[in-house]
Amino acid sequence: METKSPIVRITNLYKSYRRGSQIIPVLQDINLDIADGEFLALMGPSGSGKSTLLNLIAGIDKADSGSISVGGVEIIGLSETELAKWRSSNVGFIFQFYNLIPVLTAFENVELPLLLTGLSRRERKEHVKMALRIVNLADRMDHYPSQLSGGQQQRVAIARAVVTDPALLVADEPTGDLDRVSAKEVLDLMERLVHDLGKTIIMVTHDPRAAEMAHIIKHLDKGVLNADTQASR
Amino acid sequence: MQILKLLVKNSFRHKLRTFLTVLGIAIAILAFGLLRTVVSAWYVGVEASSASRLVTRNSISLIFSLPLSYKDKIRQIPGVKNVSYAYWFGGVYISEKNFIPNFAVEAKTIFDLWPEFVLNEKEKNDFLRDRKAGVAGRKVAKKYGWKIGDTITLKGTIFPGNWDFTLRGIYKGAYKGTDETQFFFHWDYLNESLKKTDPARADRVGWFTVNVENPDHAAEVATAIDKAFKNSLAETLTETERAFQMGFVAMTEAIIIAVQMVSFVVIIIIMAVMANTMAMTARERIGEYAIMKTLGFGGWHIAGLIFGESFVIAFMGCALGILATFPAAKAFGDAMSTYFPVFNVQRQTIYLDVAAAFIVSAVAGVFPAWRAVKLRIAEGLRRIG
Amino acid sequence: MKIPLSYSFRNLWARRLTTVLTVSGMSLVVFVFASVLMLSEGLRKTLAETGSYDNVIVIRRASNSETMSGVDRSQASVVEAQPEIAIGKDGQRLLAKEIVVLVNLVKRASDKPALIQVRGISDLSLPLRPQVKLIEGRMPRSGSYEIIAGSSIAQKYKGAGLGESLRFALRDWIVVGIFDAGNTGYNSEIWGKADQLMQAFRRNVYSSVLFKLRNSSEFPGLKEKIESDPRLTLEAKREPKYYADQSEMMTMFLSILGISLTVIFSLGAIIGAMITMYAAVANRTSEIGTLRALGFRRRSILLAFVIESVLLGLVGGFVGLFFASFMQFITISTMNWQTFSDLAFSFALTGRIIYQSLIFSFIMGFVGGVLPAIRASRMNIVDALRAA
Repeated sequence: METKSPIVRITNLYKSYRRGSQIIPVLQDINLDIADGEFLALMGPSGSGKSTLLNLIAGIDKADSGSISVGGVEIIGLSETELAKWRSSNVGFIFQFYNLIPVLTAFENVELPLLLTGLSRRERKEHVKMALRIVNLADRMDHYPSQLSGGQQQRVAIARAVVTDPALLVADEPTGDLDRVSAKEVLDLMERLVHDLGKTIIMVTHDPRAAEMAHIIKHLDKGVLNADTQASR
Repeated sequence: MQILKLLVKNSFRHKLRTFLTVLGIAIAILAFGLLRTVVSAWYVGVEASSASRLVTRNSISLIFSLPLSYKDKIRQIPGVKNVSYAYWFGGVYISEKNFIPNFAVEAKTIFDLWPEFVLNEKEKNDFLRDRKAGVAGRKVAKKYGWKIGDTITLKGTIFPGNWDFTLRGIYKGAYKGTDETQFFFHWDYLNESLKKTDPARADRVGWFTVNVENPDHAAEVATAIDKAFKNSLAETLTETERAFQMGFVAMTEAIIIAVQMVSFVVIIIIMAVMANTMAMTARERIGEYAIMKTLGFGGWHIAGLIFGESFVIAFMGCALGILATFPAAKAFGDAMSTYFPVFNVQRQTIYLDVAAAFIVSAVAGVFPAWRAVKLRIAEGLRRIG
Repeated sequence: MKIPLSYSFRNLWARRLTTVLTVSGMSLVVFVFASVLMLSEGLRKTLAETGSYDNVIVIRRASNSETMSGVDRSQASVVEAQPEIAIGKDGQRLLAKEIVVLVNLVKRASDKPALIQVRGISDLSLPLRPQVKLIEGRMPRSGSYEIIAGSSIAQKYKGAGLGESLRFALRDWIVVGIFDAGNTGYNSEIWGKADQLMQAFRRNVYSSVLFKLRNSSEFPGLKEKIESDPRLTLEAKREPKYYADQSEMMTMFLSILGISLTVIFSLGAIIGAMITMYAAVANRTSEIGTLRALGFRRRSILLAFVIESVLLGLVGGFVGLFFASFMQFITISTMNWQTFSDLAFSFALTGRIIYQSLIFSFIMGFVGGVLPAIRASRMNIVDALRAA
């Protein structure tokens, strides 16, 4: 077994929510290493905290205590501005409902993350075209999301997620809204991203088909990680 | 009551939006109310005119005077009960910005001709006895802090010089619409001075006010008066006081029409805003409406809820707007007291406000209600997910 | 500004109905705002341009307007003798003694009456007023009951057209000419020979004396001289100032009315914009969350929504100005409260008014959108993403 260096290292992570005067613990003492180039599925019942864990790793939520190191960067303790900057080049997002901007074309949606970089217009165009080619939708780049099927929209979202070439991709129920055929397309695409491009993917899912595609499955229950399950791959 | 509770609760589901809509409607009702009050203030002179009074003036125009001697002739015309006369003095109190209508009048007949100017006996007698006396309306006296016994100095514009008067009386208006901003003094005082300084202008008056015995015969008396002076050096034009006032109003009609038009446009715009809000709200609740239909509520039930909510919001705004209209009218009236001696919010305006709110809420609810009635349950349910 | 402008533009377009309604509200406010400004400007122009800077008008002290003024023959002669008066090519003094009275005329269209200024002129009255040109017919002959009418009067009043006649002071006066005085108040006057009119109205005094200065800078000295002369009860004003003073009351009234309306309406328009923008923010909550997740800063979100709202305002501003510009074709005829005469004036659109209106619409859009934009920018990413 190759020992790839962990791209994500989580130590003693705690997160709770306050509802009125009550404090509800969501994640309790999470310790987790994710190796570079891994395809991890996070599963668990509703309310187990898996989405919360994903959000924390992606830098869109703040932990109460502990440490999260992604690509060598300690993200707990970064200010909002620093986090925003960090996210724009280090994390790619794939959402259950695609979350494409309805008034922008596929091209413009994919271009969005690049607007935060210093690239020129021409350079951006190159990157976008390349990303769309990876997901096989170069011919639809001038379509609006409303003109695309669910599967196609998700692929555009994936293109958007990889256009800045981040090392880490986080996916929250990526196949949750897709039919069987589209779901398979998307999952195959994600596998290719890992295998061909060396991306690391952390995926939260209920879908057993999706879990099958992953290399490692971790279970979260009541905020605590259970033992690993090796996936069929 | 239950339904009302439900409607109110529904309206407040989206507190901020409802609050803003109510505020928007209140502002529009306020604007509408103020504009209508401006228009009615314009006509106040007309409304306050008496049916039994005629005004006789020089037929060429108001700036030409009539000989005093006409008085006796007019007195003798059948149907005439009493005659008084006045001269527009046009004096300035301190600065031109302080516009006060001021007149030289025939002291002994003025209160007979104008019973709506109410003055107590003592003040009336003091006025009659003192040649240099003046009487002011309650509003103008209050504005400038005049007390009985004060010396009021007017700078003459038509009749040059500084004219001093002693304030001997402050009159109250008998009706809400009576002008309480006037100031008048003895014509005799003016005439004496003119005889010395400008004899060509002495023994003349600006106009005669004629009291007729029977208001139904006003037109005939007016014609008779004019006939009496036809082909003389100063031909007269006699009209009812109402027609006389209307003449002034007609001259500034263009502005009144503009103001009226604007007030209607205001209503249309609120309708648009209200309609927009209701449409937004209805669009968001399509899923809910579908569910209600599955539970057995008919399309008309839902339409009723929509209209109901629309009315509740509109009337809250209307009530707020009406409440705000009174202090706003007071402030506006004070600022514009130079132009509008009387600035009252009329009852008719309030009725119109309510009618406007009713129309607005009905129109705003129509489209969403129609959609709710036509809604197919399956389509609505799909929208929830 | 990292978020592209097209985002703001297209979102306005996507919710067309709401955008149109909100823009309509804004444009109405700007329309009222601009129209009131245009009206004041038109009024000011008409009255102020009705006069040459180098001309001086002398009236009785404190009389406010020619119709209330009286300058008797001896006082007029004293004025005539002043050396500061310009001398014309033929050696005569450029001075005119005039009488002005108000006469009731009836409007053609509505049969309603109005008071019109009738001016009794002398030979130099026309030359002293270069803005006035005779466009049809001829000048009245001395000793005749002939008059000429301003083009505005000839059009609007019965009996005032070329060849028609008016009856006043027990005589019929025939209109033998029409003059055009551009935008000035003279267009609303009727002119006849001063001697004839004085005789007909049995007036023995003039209303005013008008003359041209030989040297404009001599005015202050001349004014002082005339006003402190014990023989005279007169005051002297430069012509433009005289006319500007006449409109003071009307201008103030229109300003107060106009400003009150504009304030109230703008509050309404701002509220309309707020409702629209709050709804937009509510609808695009997950979008906002996505943008934040992708790395866009709070500032960019704030700016994008403020821009959207400002666009609403500006578009409303342009539309309102567009319609307001048509008001330039309308002339309003109303009674001037200070002179009691009828005055016709129109709406004047200037660059300054355009500029002010656009600033105003910008501010309305900004104020309407800033609070919703702040709400959008302060959203918590996770909560925003969770919204459907």
